[in-house]
Amino acid sequence: MITLLIIIPLLGSLAAWTIPDNRQRPLVLPLASGLHLIIATMLIAKPPPPSLNGWIFLDPLGKLVLLGITILFFFCAIYSVGYLAYRQERSNRTLCMGLLLCLSAMSLATVSQHLGLLWLAIETTTLTMAPLIYFNRNARSIEATWKYMMICSIGIAMALLGIYFLAYATVVSNIKPTLLLAPLLAGAKSLSPAWLNGAFIFLLVGFGTKIGLAPLHTWKPDAYGEAPGLVGALLAGGLVNCGFLGICRIYQVCAASSSHFYLEALTALGFLSMITAAIFVLKQADFKRVLAYSSVEHVGFLAIGLGMGKGALYGTLFHLLNNSFIKGVLFLTAANIHRSYKSKRVERVRGVIERLPWSGWLFMAAFFAVTGSPPFSSFISEFMVISSIFDSGNAAAGIAIAVFFGIIFIGMTTTILPVLSGRGDSKDLDDSGYRDKALTIAPPLMLMLITLILGIWIPAPLQTILSEAAVMLGAKP
Amino acid sequence: MNTFADQLLVLVFLLNFMVLGTSRINIAIRVVAVQGVALGLIPSILHDFSWHLFLISAGMIAAKGVIIPTLLTKAVRSIGINREEEPYLGYVPTMLIGAVATALAFIFAEQLPLAPQHKELLFVPAAIATLLTGCLLLITRKKAISQVTGYLILENGIFIFGLLLADSMPVMVEAGALLDLLVGIFVMGIIINQISQEFSSIDTSRLTSLKE
Amino acid sequence: MEYMVNIPIHLLMIAIFPPLLLGVINRTKAFFAGRNGAPTLQPYHDIIRLWQKGSVFSPTTSVIFRAGPVLTIAAIVAAALMMPLGNHPAPISFNGDMILFAYLLGLARFFTIAAALDTGSSFEGMGGAREATFACLAEPALFFSLVVLARISRSISLTGMLNDFPPTIWFGSGAALLLMVGALFILLLAENCRIPFDDPNTHLELTMIHEVMVLDHSGPALAAILYGASLKLLLFGALFIHITVPFRSGSFLLDWCAFTGAMILLAIIVGVVESTMARLKLTRVPQLLIAACILSAFAMLLVMRQTS
Repeated sequence: MITLLIIIPLLGSLAAWTIPDNRQRPLVLPLASGLHLIIATMLIAKPPPPSLNGWIFLDPLGKLVLLGITILFFFCAIYSVGYLAYRQERSNRTLCMGLLLCLSAMSLATVSQHLGLLWLAIETTTLTMAPLIYFNRNARSIEATWKYMMICSIGIAMALLGIYFLAYATVVSNIKPTLLLAPLLAGAKSLSPAWLNGAFIFLLVGFGTKIGLAPLHTWKPDAYGEAPGLVGALLAGGLVNCGFLGICRIYQVCAASSSHFYLEALTALGFLSMITAAIFVLKQADFKRVLAYSSVEHVGFLAIGLGMGKGALYGTLFHLLNNSFIKGVLFLTAANIHRSYKSKRVERVRGVIERLPWSGWLFMAAFFAVTGSPPFSSFISEFMVISSIFDSGNAAAGIAIAVFFGIIFIGMTTTILPVLSGRGDSKDLDDSGYRDKALTIAPPLMLMLITLILGIWIPAPLQTILSEAAVMLGAKP
Repeated sequence: MNTFADQLLVLVFLLNFMVLGTSRINIAIRVVAVQGVALGLIPSILHDFSWHLFLISAGMIAAKGVIIPTLLTKAVRSIGINREEEPYLGYVPTMLIGAVATALAFIFAEQLPLAPQHKELLFVPAAIATLLTGCLLLITRKKAISQVTGYLILENGIFIFGLLLADSMPVMVEAGALLDLLVGIFVMGIIINQISQEFSSIDTSRLTSLKE
Repeated sequence: MEYMVNIPIHLLMIAIFPPLLLGVINRTKAFFAGRNGAPTLQPYHDIIRLWQKGSVFSPTTSVIFRAGPVLTIAAIVAAALMMPLGNHPAPISFNGDMILFAYLLGLARFFTIAAALDTGSSFEGMGGAREATFACLAEPALFFSLVVLARISRSISLTGMLNDFPPTIWFGSGAALLLMVGALFILLLAENCRIPFDDPNTHLELTMIHEVMVLDHSGPALAAILYGASLKLLLFGALFIHITVPFRSGSFLLDWCAFTGAMILLAIIVGVVESTMARLKLTRVPQLLIAACILSAFAMLLVMRQTS
């Protein structure tokens, strides 16, 4: 079953490669991802026992990440059919192939229990995304691709060094050298603390680059800004979750050892990210870059949640899931807006709600969701994390987070609201003639509905997964 | 056989300096290739023969000694630029910094809590020094291709550290890492080509349209 | 008995042998250029001819200009007395003479530069400035190499380090020695103003280093300078050969012959290098010297680590 999970997208990308017709090719995406969604749901409901000497196993953490990825990807795939219908001027072969390869690699990351294999999968997602960012084939997108490629390649190389350090920690403390999670967790107490901390630093830097923790986020606004909307959605909602899973894995090992260093490092980088986002989100003249900084903020928030540990973990993991759905809505609708106005500069885009009412209102809703307003699920998860921080007596940290949320809310409002409201019929605005279509509106609408439902009611199976995953990270059962 | 491995590592150190000192990109590419081959030989020398190590060696030599240099040389030829003019920092200062970094690598390696069987070997200082050399190149060079060589050297440094763990790393992961490196370099080569078409230069200092 | 014979041979070697090296180098270069070239013994004729000439001193110069060549040659000869030749102990040897050796060479350089500056010519001043700049880069390399040798042989006198240099060391710390030999060869070329650094034959002012400093000297002073330069080549050559050719036959005469042969071979190699390489751009010279420093420093690092 798990093999199917990885092979189906691969077959899909093969199919995308062989189909010559630019119009039919995108249909592979919803087909493959639909199958992927079904298989993933079945696996999550009833995971098979470990296979391949324990290398492959879908544990609750993996389930959670897989769930987010497969749902987001499914809707992005449907969206892509509508989106690519508008982009017939260039071949979408690389795009379709890259997306499916990336899905395959992301699925592999979620099920791998071997850190080397996990690294490999995440590195592959990095590579497959590079051509996708360059989809628009202009000077700005090549610049973004180059920055993404260099920074992420170096970051991921650092993560490999971190994994070597972890393996070396076993050598130094005379445990049988291994990178499998289970024996590492069993022997975590006797791992050499110096090498374990070293491993954590390098893995945090490596996967932190991948998810865009400040100060390693510099590629993010460029890549998010220049990539097509659905690639941006997958970067912000899919790859971030994979990188975060990488951090969670080493977090597991650290939590099982007697070290405390990792918590402080995570919290520090998390706060740095929130501060950076709060500073740069103000006065942004490009609404897609605003979304990138919002992503930096949320990654920072997730890191703080991990750093606080214990009670905050449940909320953090829940937030991870919410974040990927909301980012999906934001990037997909932003792409619609971009398409219609042929610009993403704030001064060139006005009155979206008049011209594209569906996209406009969805964008508005997602904007409120991403800033943590009720009744959306992100409000619940943020509330859980912050209240548990207050409970643990860290009032200063809790207040600081709330203040940053406030600043970022104001910063985003000043950029986003003029874009949405205002007069849309102005003569000096470009118009490509694009208007909302069912295929480009339904996917973000569905994602938005999921967010709304999760804000009111968390299904019991999801609750189980969340609490099991939190326990894996060291929360009290 | 440890002494022979040590000699190869000394060669690796020297090649680091050569890359730092040369202004010709072609030479830098070749130096990196030689370094890759030298590193590829080490696992076979260090341990008794096994297919696992043989595969790693063969893959390393094929990838870093043949395929990647060919790819990069092709890119250089098609772009028609062979000199790294005006790096952010001159060659002499970078070499001096490289020397200081190497010395620091030795000092730092002394401080690390290494396993007793690795205390006397040159692996850890070599890994750190090579890593730092790679970083130095990435920071000081402007041309996109030079930065790619810097990345390769950085990767070599990580590989040297990995040599200490040759027994515990599964061959699949090593092979996958190599394959990813290959694909990565391939993608970078394509991007460089596009940059040179789009900007008629591969100076990364010109990539400034995206900023705050 | 051997000792009694060795010292005269050493002195003779210092006195007579060096100009031959210049002759061999020039002959090699001529061969590569396809010319017949000057006879191998030409440097001797030059020195004798210059010695018989009178001197001309510019009225702007002072006593320093006249004393310069004399002090230079005195310093180099003193250094030569400390350097063992042909696997035989040097006439003068004591603990720490390696430092005196290095500084005597430095002193020689100082007086050459001082004499050049004394002429008051901006042209010679420029040469002096270049020489001083490159010297600061070359000297660390020499010191690092000496430290490596001291560390390997556990002796701080040149005789102790180089005499009886055991070939087995090449197996133990070959890498370090190889690096040091590389550095020493660069140093040999740089210190003796050989081609990739300086062209002894050029009179193109843009590129001259050493030659420009001695332009105003004439007669016996110039002869002394010429001889001093060749002696310096012998000293660096001896340092180089003791390490690269750790050959010892047992018979002391054979040792002397081997040494002489090796020196001539080295001169030929230098000639080949000069014929096949182009002069470096002046801005690249420091780079190569720093490379030599790094090589020798790295060799030092390796031997320190090994024996600690």
